[in-house]
Amino acid sequence: MLQVSDLQVIRGHKTVLDGVSLDVAPGQVLGVLGPNGAGKSTLLGALCGELSAHRGRVLLHERPLADWPGQERAQRLAVLPQASSLGFAFRVEEVVGMGRLPHRTGQVRDREIVTAALQAADALHLAERSYLALSGGERQRVHLARVLAQLWPGEAGRTLLLDEPTSALDPLHQHTTLQAVRGFADRGAAVLVILHDLNLAARYCDRILLLENGRPYAFDTPEQVLQPGALKAVFGLDVLVQRHPERGHPLIIAR
Amino acid sequence: MTRLVSPRTLFIALGLLCLLAVWLSLALGPVSLPLIDTLRVGLRLLGLPVNGDGLEQAELILGQIRLPRTLLGLAVGAVLALAGVAMQGLFRNPLADPGLVGVSSGAALGAAIAIVGSTWVGGVPEVFAPYLLSLCAFLGGLGVTALVYRLGSKEGQTSVATMLLAGIALTALASSAVGLFTYLADDATLRTLTFWNLGSLNGASYQRLWPLVLVATGVALWLPRRAEALNALLLGESEARHLGFEVEKLKRELVFCTALGVGAAVAAAGLIGFIGLVVPHLVRLLAGPDHRVLLPASLLAGASLLLFADLIARLALAPAELPIGIVTAFIGAPFFLYLLLRGRA
Repeated sequence: MLQVSDLQVIRGHKTVLDGVSLDVAPGQVLGVLGPNGAGKSTLLGALCGELSAHRGRVLLHERPLADWPGQERAQRLAVLPQASSLGFAFRVEEVVGMGRLPHRTGQVRDREIVTAALQAADALHLAERSYLALSGGERQRVHLARVLAQLWPGEAGRTLLLDEPTSALDPLHQHTTLQAVRGFADRGAAVLVILHDLNLAARYCDRILLLENGRPYAFDTPEQVLQPGALKAVFGLDVLVQRHPERGHPLIIAR
Repeated sequence: MTRLVSPRTLFIALGLLCLLAVWLSLALGPVSLPLIDTLRVGLRLLGLPVNGDGLEQAELILGQIRLPRTLLGLAVGAVLALAGVAMQGLFRNPLADPGLVGVSSGAALGAAIAIVGSTWVGGVPEVFAPYLLSLCAFLGGLGVTALVYRLGSKEGQTSVATMLLAGIALTALASSAVGLFTYLADDATLRTLTFWNLGSLNGASYQRLWPLVLVATGVALWLPRRAEALNALLLGESEARHLGFEVEKLKRELVFCTALGVGAAVAAAGLIGFIGLVVPHLVRLLAGPDHRVLLPASLLAGASLLLFADLIARLALAPAELPIGIVTAFIGAPFFLYLLLRGRA
């Protein structure tokens, strides 16, 4: 699990993130929503140590993130960036296998995990293909499988940070991806996911952090956060909020 | 893309190719020795009890001329190919080359200073001359690379893109300095300078061999230990960090290793281009980009290719000898163009 209190990030002379306190708790999916430039990716960058925080320390299992030896940290914390720039013709199973590099679990076990992770990301049929021959959405699923393999099977003590994992995916795979992520949380992992689709967030997240201009606007359950007033204030979007007829979670419809 | 060969097949094939290259490199030259005699002398030099009657001349040629030359070729080819892999991994670009970080041009500048400088001060003692040249080339390569690295670093972070641009700028600067020395040099010095700039394995001796062999062995033992880190680095720098690798340290080590290896190779044999670019590329086409295979396979392929290039250099205009840099460029440049066009198709 990952904690931070009163996080402030300054880039150049601009405060891009301020006053964010959160804990990514075991067994939960925490969604981060907000308009472009609200500081979502900055938050993720600060949480995984890529960006240094001006104030507020990030704790992984109550120990400052920077104090963790790289390999031990990688066994507990995995990060899926928004875009990847791999330009070499690795096979898909090799790319996913890189998720096992921090571990010493042996070839046989690693191969089982790679298969299971590919299956979870619905990319098992791509295993033998060259990464470079894949479409954008397929590549995104392969990288998802890679970070899933890094923390497999996603038990308590593992933390997964995802930056817009569904941005390039078709509707079906948006759901299969978030179901795989949900499955990780159900097995005990702590998950933080940046999303743009309000309805996906409503369905799969336990709590939602709504960011506006680098500050938290609301941080609560989907029912509490996804209200017409808040969405109008943050996104400038007029919406109707109804209940999903079968599942009961909020359903957001643009007016 | 399907892999053309399995790693095992590749290693066996490259191992045999390398042995063949060594055998031919020992046998052929201005005075060609029968292949079977070469084999017998080779085995004798390895300390095996083979009858040496009538092989005295062959043994002399082999031991004093061909063997040091072959060993030099093996070491130079291996180290240039490994440095190519390291640079392509560091820049995460299959078209990167050891020359990019300025090591080659720095070494050339160092050598030019040594060659022209020593005539200005009225010549250095004969025993020091080759060492002075090697040392200056080595220091020049290391110095320019260190400068490129410093220019690319800011607050402990290294920007690979800035390093690339700094490398281009410093390469241009060093080349113009070499040009200046060339302009100022007298005729005899000019010839040495030109020959050195084109590379040659000629005049190999055990004394000049051992520093390079030492460096090449070090690089060959060290780089494969970073194979997994290099694989992860290809995903991206932050991805590699998230997989638990110390990326800044890795980048420093890769640059140092390249500067050391290429510096030593250039110091021993002059500027030899395209091996570092073409060999890793070729191996990747055959067996994929996994560094656990790529590094040892490039070592073998680089060593073999350089020996074959040297054979061409020795035999094409025999008894005269071509500079080997011309041969590698003649093979390498069209191959590079082929890769460019193939990538665009």
